[in-house]
Amino acid sequence: MADTSSHGSPPPPLKDELDIVIPTIRNLDFLEMWRPFFQPYHLIIVQDGDPTKTIKVPPGFDYDLYNRNDINKLLGPRASCISFKDSACRCFGYMVSKKKYIYTIDDDCFVANDPSGLPINALEQHIKNLLCPSTPYFFNTLYDPFREGADYVRGYPFSLREGVPTAVSHGLWLNIPDYDAPTQLVKPLERNTRYVDAVLTIPKGTLFPMCGMNLAFDRDLIGPAMYFGLMGEGQPIGRYDDMWAGWCCKVITDHLGLGIKTGLPYIYHSKASNPFVNLRKEYKGIFWQEDIIPFFQNVVLPKECTTVQKCYIELSKQVKEKLSKVDPYFDKLADAMVTWIEAWDELNPSGASKGKA
Amino acid sequence: MSQVVINDSEVDIVIGALHSDLTSFMNEWKPIFSRFHLIIIKDPDLKGDLQIPGGFKADVYTKSDIERVIGSSSSVRFSGYACRYFGFLISKKKYVVCIDDDCVPAKDNSGNLVDAVAQHVLNLQTPATPFFFNTLYDPFRKGADFVRGYPFSLRSGVDCVLSCGLWLNLADLDAPTQALKPGQRNLRYVDAVLTVPARAMMPVSGINIAFNREAVGPALVPALRLAGEGKLRWETVEDIWCGMCVKVICDHLGFGVKSGLPYVWRTERGDAIESLKKEWEGVKLMEDVVPFFQSLRLPQSATTAEGCVVEMAKIVKEQLGKIDPMFSQAAESMEEWVKLWKSVGSG
Repeated sequence: MADTSSHGSPPPPLKDELDIVIPTIRNLDFLEMWRPFFQPYHLIIVQDGDPTKTIKVPPGFDYDLYNRNDINKLLGPRASCISFKDSACRCFGYMVSKKKYIYTIDDDCFVANDPSGLPINALEQHIKNLLCPSTPYFFNTLYDPFREGADYVRGYPFSLREGVPTAVSHGLWLNIPDYDAPTQLVKPLERNTRYVDAVLTIPKGTLFPMCGMNLAFDRDLIGPAMYFGLMGEGQPIGRYDDMWAGWCCKVITDHLGLGIKTGLPYIYHSKASNPFVNLRKEYKGIFWQEDIIPFFQNVVLPKECTTVQKCYIELSKQVKEKLSKVDPYFDKLADAMVTWIEAWDELNPSGASKGKA
Repeated sequence: MSQVVINDSEVDIVIGALHSDLTSFMNEWKPIFSRFHLIIIKDPDLKGDLQIPGGFKADVYTKSDIERVIGSSSSVRFSGYACRYFGFLISKKKYVVCIDDDCVPAKDNSGNLVDAVAQHVLNLQTPATPFFFNTLYDPFRKGADFVRGYPFSLRSGVDCVLSCGLWLNLADLDAPTQALKPGQRNLRYVDAVLTVPARAMMPVSGINIAFNREAVGPALVPALRLAGEGKLRWETVEDIWCGMCVKVICDHLGFGVKSGLPYVWRTERGDAIESLKKEWEGVKLMEDVVPFFQSLRLPQSATTAEGCVVEMAKIVKEQLGKIDPMFSQAAESMEEWVKLWKSVGSG
């Protein structure tokens, strides 16, 4: 557990190398519960919605807050790629961060307790996940072999035991699960009470639905691919931001030889969003998904794409080529993907992010 | 989701007896096993009679029974851990559950005895989801579902034909790993079942598995024998080879493989360091086969488990035979196995 008193305990891990990005339209009271774990870290708050509103941040946190005016000022015309009136705007926080690691969390997510009743330091677990290798090429039946008390099982090839760098750590949620609107409508009372004590690497070639509620990643390895798309006001779709980023990230990490983990840590998700509102946002996505998934399953990135940005630009070309016929939205999205990379490179001029090709 | 009712007459429990005294093993499993039919195969190399307590519906097969069924000469050798495949061969049931004779029932986090058979059958009777990863694991478990973003067209899933359970206490680690960490015990009960995605390879341990015999029985092949194969799991790779074959076949036929619950409690035996000498051969062999299995594609014409095994045997002989004669031998065993399966099945 992070110890903010100075009793000679080790400093919080990655204290100066990690930013916590939080999108919000209300107040940030939830930070009070996270204080023991978050206070040592710098926060990037991305204020969505009406920029004239004041967001109350509990005292004692070191933070930078960006509202729509700031986004417009910093990006100029390129601000068009950042969603408005949708938590997808959080990816602006990834772009302006100067740190190596990002942890992003929703403002209705609180500290969960593990089965023994102890509060879970989600940030610490994400850091552990990111700092030890992933194993995408061969499934380990005992899950993450780098966890204490675990290891590779008999039959796991020794040549694959070094693993690859971990680019993304995808955490889960107790209480309100991340269901889509139709499922929420059918099962409004279902709560996730099952604590699954595992972290595992998602195998190469397998896609998954990424959720942005409790997510950490290595900005240097995968940052430019974490674009959360065009959602919210003026857009035909919502609640597909994190999933879009997840599919892009997965094909790129597979191509570059990086890993994505899912599982621990859990947070406690307290707010069930309105399923009817959700249905309206997701509606088109439910149909489009049936084309989007085969698209990502069949994407081939050429060998020349050796950096995340190159992969992402190539992906945007293929989106334009193959998904525009599903809906003109994808044409806009492909353009926005390019704009995003241009904006990213302008704000992060030190060099292209690369993973192991 | 659905409450699954287990039909006793659909399940055979196959036990490979590598120890002659099965008394405590059987008594520990009695509450769970007693309602089912058991097929106990005595390792042909084991001397002395098997000791089996009463109260079970068990059929026992020994060396002479094996020879009677398969004839005296066969490239398939049912000795050591491979003796259980004979049980798979002669079973007439839809589901086979197979547990090593050094395992006893485990307890879950609430202290309740885990009914491994019921969990395996539940895994086999609910769909698998190999084409897209569900982050809340098995969506068909009570209290779970598909998460936002899971394509609707993939939500009906496919038949699960193989259920790979896990082990508390002595996990199935290889000899070098256990030798390096002699005190390591697996005490983490991970409350999950998940589908291993299509085209992902995995080491299928034979210690605690169940499968749909009607769908994939022939695909569980007793084929790869090490020259120095021994009577401890550390000294074998037969199940690992078998598992690689089964997974490719399942992927090809559009079936699913699950991993996770149930746990069994695996008890101590053997010396990892002693076994190191024997196991090293197997470890080295497996390194050679990984790229092979990664790129292995079966022809469209293979539409049954038998057909897949035959095709796979051809490809193994062609591509791996030249690396080590052990693989040519394995290919022959696979071909022989399919013939046996057909002849015993029709008898």
